Amino acid sequence: MRAYLSDRMGAALLMAPLLLFLVLAYAWPFLGVVKWSFTLPTPGLGQYNALLTDDLVQSVFIRTLRIAAIVTVVSVAAAYAITVVWVRGTPAQRLVAEFCILVPFWISVLTRAFGWVALLSNRGLINTWLQAIGFISEPLALVRNEFGVIVGMTHFLIPFAVFPLASAMRSLDDRVLLAARGLGSSRMRTFWSVFVPMTRSGIIGSAMIVFVFSLGFFVTPAILGGGRSVMIAELIYLRIFQSPDWGLGAAISVVLVLFVGALMAILFRYVRPKQLI
Amino acid sequence: MRQPGRAAEIKAIGIGKSFGSFRALDNLSLDIGRGEFLTLLGPSGSGKTTFLMILAGFVQPTEGRLFSDGVDITERPAEQRAAGMVFQGYALFPHMSVEANIAFPLKVRKKSAADIKRRVGEMIERVGLNGHEKKLPAQLSGGQQQRVALARALVFEPGVLLLDEPFSALDKGLRGQMQAEMKRLHQETGTTFVFVTHDQSEALALSSRVAIFNHGELLQVGAPDEVYDRPANRFVAEFLGEINMLPLKEIRSADNGATGLCEDRTVSLRGSANGVGSNAILAIRPEYMSIACEAAAGENGIAATATNSTYLGAATRLDLTTRQGAKVTVSVPNEVAASALSKGNSVWLTWPAEKGFLLPDGGR
Repeated sequence: MRAYLSDRMGAALLMAPLLLFLVLAYAWPFLGVVKWSFTLPTPGLGQYNALLTDDLVQSVFIRTLRIAAIVTVVSVAAAYAITVVWVRGTPAQRLVAEFCILVPFWISVLTRAFGWVALLSNRGLINTWLQAIGFISEPLALVRNEFGVIVGMTHFLIPFAVFPLASAMRSLDDRVLLAARGLGSSRMRTFWSVFVPMTRSGIIGSAMIVFVFSLGFFVTPAILGGGRSVMIAELIYLRIFQSPDWGLGAAISVVLVLFVGALMAILFRYVRPKQLI
Repeated sequence: MRQPGRAAEIKAIGIGKSFGSFRALDNLSLDIGRGEFLTLLGPSGSGKTTFLMILAGFVQPTEGRLFSDGVDITERPAEQRAAGMVFQGYALFPHMSVEANIAFPLKVRKKSAADIKRRVGEMIERVGLNGHEKKLPAQLSGGQQQRVALARALVFEPGVLLLDEPFSALDKGLRGQMQAEMKRLHQETGTTFVFVTHDQSEALALSSRVAIFNHGELLQVGAPDEVYDRPANRFVAEFLGEINMLPLKEIRSADNGATGLCEDRTVSLRGSANGVGSNAILAIRPEYMSIACEAAAGENGIAATATNSTYLGAATRLDLTTRQGAKVTVSVPNEVAASALSKGNSVWLTWPAEKGFLLPDGGR
């Protein structure tokens, strides 16, 4: 009993700095934001009322949800393919996959966004090449729009989608796959009717992580969207720093946090946290 | 459902398998008859499971050929061999209901919906899973999961059913029940069964023939009573059950068998003494030996002292030491054990001539 108590004490002490940091740097300031949303410019529910009626705010919300949904589907699908190779490939294939997964973590989000601008802009590599081989005569609009934002965000988020999938694929019992083949199922059929359904928790976890991350993206949409494809985080930034409309910015922040919180609550009902790593 | 015509006949010729420098299976040749119940028996690492995986098509042999009904299937992939297989731990599809698990092999064969429904229904009936159709495997007991695995492996009427230690996770009572059930399924379907186990009593109880493996080698194949009563070597003799071994000297052929000198007594046995030399081991199963006050002239018997007894309920296990120090174990009625122990010293161990057999001295 004493050992148990002291273990618990030890764990609490180890966690204390993190908790203290979260409270001081996150929870406390956020309470301030909540307060602004009810008090600026005048006390009351006026800002939340504006959220429901303001066309601009609503179109940004809808765009954010749409982009996040598309990014989620594309990222999880791409990550699934990479993870299959990473977990079940030959040693050489695994090495290549691991390289592709880990290298992006070492490159700043800013660098990557500008990298995509260099590739996708009107005079970027892709348009220049396509024009040079005569495939197109006018440059394609690949950036400063939703397409550019989706490409940049997907590229950033794929590595994050990999880990929950890898965890699910690693815990899968190989004998079940053998059993499917032994019962006459082709490799394709085994993949779709057995392998994919058995990694369902990984797919859910991966999709939730990517979706939640996407909702709060700031740098990538700001650069690749070129101000034309504003997402919710950029809108908050604009309300706070450019038009002095702190109350509305705060209200949007509160709604975003509540929405993300609700999604996480749903996620943890279906997936245990340790399956996400 | 019974269709012995569809049961497969398998022929393995010179099968060998190496994993790097490890020799898992060496030059194995074996004929598996149509509709027979063959058990592959051996300790872990003996190659029995490797051979089963080769039969299933999950493992490619390094050398040798495999034939099914005369057709070379050595290179045929597992999904085209259509062998039913029951894995250790069952390997059910956890995301599918009982019904869907059993229907799976029929679905991949593109059977009609009506056909699938009928055959799955029949199979569920046959293995006694009525009322559990919609449950997921995780909601079933071990024995029920076992039944699903059997039903799933048999529903498409495979030519051969391969079973990899299917009962290892079950407790003893359930194990006996499932063994009986499997024997019934074998008789009803008429399919060829190949069953892997390390449990010798399970092997003897179920099989029409037993193949005993050790260190990647097939040591002996035969009917249960054949391998039990006439093991080819010491490993087989010891693996199949308890056995008493007494050194035998001056062995020579006699009218209907052989005779030899066991300690200071001349004993006789049936069976040939050819190929064992003049010294060998005389082996007798404990249940064929009995305790007597004296041994008549011409009767097989040696003197021994009872040292210890273990009460087993139905019988007593008695440990004895012969005059020259050989340890012998016999299973005797409880009251015989009591009187043997009370005498403190000499009793006689006797056995019928036909129950003793020779093993090469020092051999495995």
